[in-house]
Amino acid sequence: MPDLLIELLSEEIPARIQGFAAQELRKNMLSFLAEQGLSEIAATAFSTPRRLTLFMTGIPEKSDDFIEERKGPRVDAPQKALDGFLRSVDLELGQLNVKRDGNVDKYFASIKTPGRISTQIVAEALEKTIRTFPWPKSMRWGVSSLRWVRPLKGILCIFIKDAEHQVIDLQIDGIRSGSCTTGHRFMAPDYFTVKDFEDYKLKLRNAFVILDNRERSEIILNDANNLAFANGLDLINDDALLEEVSGLVEWPVTLLGKVDNEFLDLPSEVLRASMKEHQKFFSLKNPKTEKIERFITIANIESADNGATILEGNQKVLYARLSDAKFFWENDLRLIQKDGLDTWLEKLKNVTFHNKLGSQADKVLRISALTKKLVGPLACDGEAAVNGASICKSDLISEMVYEFPELQGVMGRYYAISSGYSDSVAKVCEEHYGPKGPNDPVPTALTSVAVALADKLDTLLGFWIVDEKPTSSKDPFALRRAALGVIRIILENDLELDLVELLYDHLEDLSQYGNKPDAVSELMAFIRDRFRIYLRDKNIRYDVVDACLEVGNVGNLNLIAKRINALTNLLKSDEAEDFLQGFKRANNILAKAEQKDGVEYSYGADGKYMEVDPEKELFKALTKQHSIVKQAVSDEDFPKAILAISKLRKPIDNFFEFVQVNSDNDIVKRNRLNLLGQIRTTCSLVADLSKIEGQLR
Amino acid sequence: MNVVEPKSFQEIVLRLQNYWSDNGCAILQPYDMEVGAGTFHPATTLRSLGENNWAAAYVQPSRRPSDGRYGENPNRLQHYYQFQVIMKPSPENFQDLYLGSLEAIGLSMTIHDIRFVEDDWESPTLGAWGLGWEVWCDGMEVSQFTYFQQVGGHDCKPVSGELTYGLERLAMYILGINHVMEMPFNPPDAPVPLKYGDIFLQTEQEYARWNFDAANTDILFKNFEEAEKECERILAHSELDPKTGKKIIMVHPAYDLCIKASHFFNLLDARGVISVTERQAYISRVRNLAKKCADCFVQTPAGGQKN
Repeated sequence: MPDLLIELLSEEIPARIQGFAAQELRKNMLSFLAEQGLSEIAATAFSTPRRLTLFMTGIPEKSDDFIEERKGPRVDAPQKALDGFLRSVDLELGQLNVKRDGNVDKYFASIKTPGRISTQIVAEALEKTIRTFPWPKSMRWGVSSLRWVRPLKGILCIFIKDAEHQVIDLQIDGIRSGSCTTGHRFMAPDYFTVKDFEDYKLKLRNAFVILDNRERSEIILNDANNLAFANGLDLINDDALLEEVSGLVEWPVTLLGKVDNEFLDLPSEVLRASMKEHQKFFSLKNPKTEKIERFITIANIESADNGATILEGNQKVLYARLSDAKFFWENDLRLIQKDGLDTWLEKLKNVTFHNKLGSQADKVLRISALTKKLVGPLACDGEAAVNGASICKSDLISEMVYEFPELQGVMGRYYAISSGYSDSVAKVCEEHYGPKGPNDPVPTALTSVAVALADKLDTLLGFWIVDEKPTSSKDPFALRRAALGVIRIILENDLELDLVELLYDHLEDLSQYGNKPDAVSELMAFIRDRFRIYLRDKNIRYDVVDACLEVGNVGNLNLIAKRINALTNLLKSDEAEDFLQGFKRANNILAKAEQKDGVEYSYGADGKYMEVDPEKELFKALTKQHSIVKQAVSDEDFPKAILAISKLRKPIDNFFEFVQVNSDNDIVKRNRLNLLGQIRTTCSLVADLSKIEGQLR
Repeated sequence: MNVVEPKSFQEIVLRLQNYWSDNGCAILQPYDMEVGAGTFHPATTLRSLGENNWAAAYVQPSRRPSDGRYGENPNRLQHYYQFQVIMKPSPENFQDLYLGSLEAIGLSMTIHDIRFVEDDWESPTLGAWGLGWEVWCDGMEVSQFTYFQQVGGHDCKPVSGELTYGLERLAMYILGINHVMEMPFNPPDAPVPLKYGDIFLQTEQEYARWNFDAANTDILFKNFEEAEKECERILAHSELDPKTGKKIIMVHPAYDLCIKASHFFNLLDARGVISVTERQAYISRVRNLAKKCADCFVQTPAGGQKN
């Protein structure tokens, strides 16, 4: 079956959306073609700074005939109605069918739309794709009314069948499709004709364009590693930078440059940030000195002097940038050594945290207050934690952080050390921002943990109080990330904390911004939602999570996680299914009876009304295991509690095998129901097992 | 193309003027007011509005009071030059024209690495935005390249293409100079060779002192208020001039006052007397003036109004 090759040539597309755009081109074309009856097409999309390319294979030459059946009037309808229907479907009476519809006979018309030639469908689909392309931000240019990410320059669209290619003709705002494209902007600007995909790729390569973004990334990474290795250096990997840089070049050329000696003593984070953000350089570290001594820049051209001018220019720019950075660094240090961090703390009063939640100075006070409350439960060094809290935002005043916001925290650590704070206090400045992303490490030093939690909980509760909660599409203050941070810090450090209590305590410190006691429970619901998602991402069964989420102290996430673990393990055992069926049977009988009788059977059974052994045995087992479970839960030994519960399996099985709950004697019957109620009571010390669903493994 | 490398700052400016003159632009002179960037020149702000075609290029001295460094920083100045090109509608080959201008000032495309790196331009004070790039030469930003989408709150139809060259930085790179004050302004072999510093070092010091410490903020606040008031007053006049009996909307005088207000704001900002929250309010007041001027400009012949 024929192939299709499309290239949309434009002025330079922003690197960060090239991948998205290529996928959208693929997705939209496939969907528009499918709408018109062309399906089961294989498609691959590519992007370079100047082109989006789509290659499709297995396109039918025409779409299938399409038959639509349309319902007409009843056979006994007036002639007028029938005539109207015949006109509307453009058929004669003899061409209609009669079919039963409900309990009347009706006329039916089969309308056949013949399949269409694919080239025609492709032309329409491509025009629609271009005109409705979902760019996050698009523009107009010249006198054109078409919108594209940057001016669209050319459309290559060829249909390839049996080694013959045919241009699919379309014209959009004066841009006419063809079989031509151009090579590298500087190294091969001439236009050339292509006849199929292989020809296209090859000619592009000869014209200094590597079509595939992944291939460009590989070339860059490979060359960069080779250059690093040859010079005894380590390349600092940076996937985001690699992705961006490969979107800035069609023909990557790797060049190695040197960081001037006078900058080698700058903090390595500063060097990296400056080189990455402003220049998009990769950093190379000398493994012997642990210092960043060189950089790699990726040019888009094989220049006549083998990159000498390009490298010289880049080094010059870097020199100017690093001179700035060095100036900020030395200036910041000078100020601190003169006045200490205190003047910076004073200045935080002028930095807004959020217009409804006061200044950064206000925030620091709140973080400190909450940190104090955490010192006890965490059993951490209180003085260090509170000191850390009081200076954790001070670097926001520094010139360096003003210039490189992403260095907040890191610079705080350097500045704290240079103004005489201990390492553990200084570390708080950096670590309290952690975890930064979902896969970044969480702080582990307890002083940092305390401030990290205080900062995030204050942020969350604050925004809940002023009603700036995230919506499904918008989360401008990264509150989801903050909540996930809280969850991970607690679980990964195995912390026993009652969040509900902490948050209620903290309401007072936020009272000047609003009085909203409901904020705590609403926020806890949000945190529990994030907790659910966090556990789901760890492949934990949602019903197990639900069974444990509302049991016991709901503010203690760690305890909930332990229940979940224990229950997950129980469900892996062979006996789990039987046990659960027993539990569910008990629970169902109970639920029905309780609904019918309008009472709750939770008084416990009484031994003297028991008639047969199995119920006596169950009663005995329940009494024994209940106290074990209770003790285990209060010791937080959930495996032990679960083990105790699972020992009920046999007595429960026996009970159901030999005992009828329903008895003519009401007292005996109620007593049995209360016995079943004890199963529920005992089990629900650990989890709400009724939420566990059907098939267990 | 084989181009002789330029020898001085002014030669680069002259070559840019000649190049854009050859490519169809009217070469205008700088606007005679203090502006923060070449975009503020009415030849760009106002002329990008309406349907009339337009093509102009000019040097614009620009003032950014808070960027002053007493002439000590190698490339930061409170007064510097921009070269501005504005073409409406943006020509089909605008990128190629731009690259040609780089060749004209001595940057050969065979040894330099020119890159178009995403940069969305926005001027909150002008109520304007556009999409385009910052153009990098060997890792250094040498120009802003923008397709205007909106100015003064009006959609640009047709779209103007705008180029802004930061002249000092570009020239320093081409001439291989490390400190702006060391850059030859006229040819080094001239009878009176002048460096950039011979002309501007003293003024940078004087203005930096005035901008940061000495400017009378009471007067500046008052000036801002008065410029704002006068701008609105002028625009509120009836279109009909009673003396000539003609329709004369006084957009340009009003826009001058908008420019003044903007500059007074910049001075106040440099003096550090505008708080973060007030800052937004001042910017929006200037934007409000710019929008009103834009609204009126499109009612005039230059703004595309027939008869």
